[in-house]
Amino acid sequence: MTAVITDPPDTTASTTRRELMTGVLQRQGAAIALVLVVAVAWFSFPRFGSLDNLRDLALQSSFLAVIALGMTFVIITGGIDLSVGSVYALGGVLAAYGSQYGFLVALALPLAVCGLIGFVNGVLVARTKMAPFIVTLASLLFARGLLLAITDEGSNTYRVPADSAFIELGRGTIGGFGYPVFIAAVLCVIGGIVLRRTRFGQSVFATGGAEQSALLMGLPVARTKITVYTMSGVLSGLAGALTAAYLQSGVTVIGVGTELDAISVVVIGGTLLTGGAGTVLGTVIGVGLRNVIQNIINQIGTLDSNYQSVVSGAFLLVVVILQRSLARTKPRR
Amino acid sequence: MRALDGVSFTVRPGEVHALVGENGAGKSTLIKVLTGVHRPDSGEVRLRGEVVSFDRPVRAQEAGISTIYQEVNLVPLISVAANVFLGREPRTRFGLVDWARMNRDAKELLSGYGIETDVKRPLGTLSVGAQQMVALVRAVSTDADVVIMDEPTSSLEPREVETLFSVVERLHEKGIAVVYVSHRMDELYRICDQVTVLRDGKMVHTGPLNDLSRIELVAMMLGRSVSDIREHGATAFGEDHNAGKEPLLSAENLSSGVRLNDVSLSIRPGEVVGLAGLLGSGRTETARAIVGALPLDGGTVLVGGKALKAGDVGAAMRAGINMLAEDRKAEGIIPNLSVRENIVLAALPQLSRFGVISREKQDRIVDTFVKRLRIKVSNPDQLVSELSGGNQQKVLLARWLCTKPKVLLLDEPTRGIDVGAKAEVQALIDELAQEGLAVLLISSEMEELLDGADRLVVLKDGAVVGELSGDDLTQDKVLAAIAGEAP
Repeated sequence: MTAVITDPPDTTASTTRRELMTGVLQRQGAAIALVLVVAVAWFSFPRFGSLDNLRDLALQSSFLAVIALGMTFVIITGGIDLSVGSVYALGGVLAAYGSQYGFLVALALPLAVCGLIGFVNGVLVARTKMAPFIVTLASLLFARGLLLAITDEGSNTYRVPADSAFIELGRGTIGGFGYPVFIAAVLCVIGGIVLRRTRFGQSVFATGGAEQSALLMGLPVARTKITVYTMSGVLSGLAGALTAAYLQSGVTVIGVGTELDAISVVVIGGTLLTGGAGTVLGTVIGVGLRNVIQNIINQIGTLDSNYQSVVSGAFLLVVVILQRSLARTKPRR
Repeated sequence: MRALDGVSFTVRPGEVHALVGENGAGKSTLIKVLTGVHRPDSGEVRLRGEVVSFDRPVRAQEAGISTIYQEVNLVPLISVAANVFLGREPRTRFGLVDWARMNRDAKELLSGYGIETDVKRPLGTLSVGAQQMVALVRAVSTDADVVIMDEPTSSLEPREVETLFSVVERLHEKGIAVVYVSHRMDELYRICDQVTVLRDGKMVHTGPLNDLSRIELVAMMLGRSVSDIREHGATAFGEDHNAGKEPLLSAENLSSGVRLNDVSLSIRPGEVVGLAGLLGSGRTETARAIVGALPLDGGTVLVGGKALKAGDVGAAMRAGINMLAEDRKAEGIIPNLSVRENIVLAALPQLSRFGVISREKQDRIVDTFVKRLRIKVSNPDQLVSELSGGNQQKVLLARWLCTKPKVLLLDEPTRGIDVGAKAEVQALIDELAQEGLAVLLISSEMEELLDGADRLVVLKDGAVVGELSGDDLTQDKVLAAIAGEAP
């Protein structure tokens, strides 16, 4: 072999630096922002650093983190799951309903039903080539409708029996931190390993990065899609079950708009909305950032809590703009 | 129209088999049938003598048929190593992907084929040529018995082509069958031993390549006689045109940042002016400046003696200037529309009255141009994306022609289209000039410029470095001008 091909020196130093800067901002932007926000909060509000507040913050974050974990996989495949908010609420109601039959039913019922909804989403997206947006919008309505039907339009709230072992799942603590925090942490670690260190994970990236290529390379594209939507359904159902255990009842009004929260924290965490790139750690950071900002606004007290959405919205916009410029520098000829 | 009609094709172990034909002859369809992307309506595929049926591409790969497509079919956002091993990643005892080993193996594998690169980089940051080499390495590292290469050299640099040839040589020695699709005669004669020629979906010849002379091969592809080609040459340009007197289009002192520096040129009606120069010398930029699509620091464009408003594409079009862009996929063809809709798009204002489009006029125009440009289409409502590259180019040409332009700017009009369609497009350019159009022709192919243009303007670093016409139109003179020696 005589010919040697080396990296093309066809980019000037300035564009490389710009790409690098954009890349760093896009991937690490959320982490940098989180550190800054935490530092500001730590020094400005004495109560922020208190163990009580941190425990509360972690617990509040854990439910969204579980939902966003599933969303991360879906978005990396180039899809979107709008049904998670409704499915989350449905999961809570089903868990509360099931808890009268014991711990196992309380957990298994929401996971099975929500998993099935996710599975159907996946099959429709993968096999019929319908847009994920439309498919999951339909199941958003379906899940919300089902929830209203089994609760007499929300008037009938199922309560978890006070002596049920299921309550422990939501309210039990280790070192003051609730079980949901540890459950979310373990799931995110497993999720990170699955995404980065398994063939399935590679197939998730390839499906979102270049679906046609993935097909031609013989990857199981349809199976990958079905799996991620099923995961998203199961995880949303689990988040609902944990919430029900924590609140000791199946609250019907939760989960409205949660899908948008989940999508925004995933994207803020550096996952490309167009698919093909993303990390679980980024998503966890995105969840943290959102909830720390909310916590600060609560600490200020005089600010309307709706400003939290204003701040997340503005930050999301910045991230998406950065992603666009990154996507533009991506293919080179 | 059938894409493939009763074609039989055989390739033996260790054979390098050329598959040739014009665009639209059925080569791609044949490959897709062999690799499980399409299924044949009738007929069968046999591998090692056994009838096989692939319902998906992965089945063909598992059976030992690997394919390198013309356009890189890898995942740009993930790393080079991940691309090489996608779907067959090495794993640790725990079933997890072994990144350390994967990166090491990928590096070894790639350097074995002469490619030195950081395998952890996202694939998309490599040049297209290097990406194509990664695709090649991936394809041949899967222990395939048959490797199909669909125009693998179209995005490679000369030295990368050499690497590719040595890979093909190695495959040949290992007894692997190679199916090689290319339009480049030099390549075919250098590495292939057998050839199969397709035309209009039918097999017209198969046999040893060395039994055929180049001219016989081209004649077979085109369906023309050898003597006909000898007489008229491989390019289809005719004699010089009787150019009119006054320039129809003149561009004066066009400047734009570092890209264009004081470029002036003029074209008379009936004249074809070629723009020569290396890649990045400002050829496309000049054309874009003329139509007003490039912001100018200075300079004017005159049509029939009247200055155009700078930076206004609409004004340029109303004055009769039309540009056929280089990248027809990105800048011209609208794949989801039919041939009819693509053709009449630019002429809609002339075809409509009070905003209502006359279907009758549309049909007439579409019909005229499909016939005149010999566009191969089953009916005008066929999607343009189903046509071959050459025919897509003709559709674009038709789109501009039906607005009755005075000036045509053609940027690489024959790029990526095969010998036959190329000759037809070239002949068309000739005809159009004879009808009195002023044509600016940009091409990277010296032969096309020398044969096609009446006059050549040579660009270098965004400036005019020479102008050649008549007997000065030789390759040596052009190269001398580019090299900076006085012509």
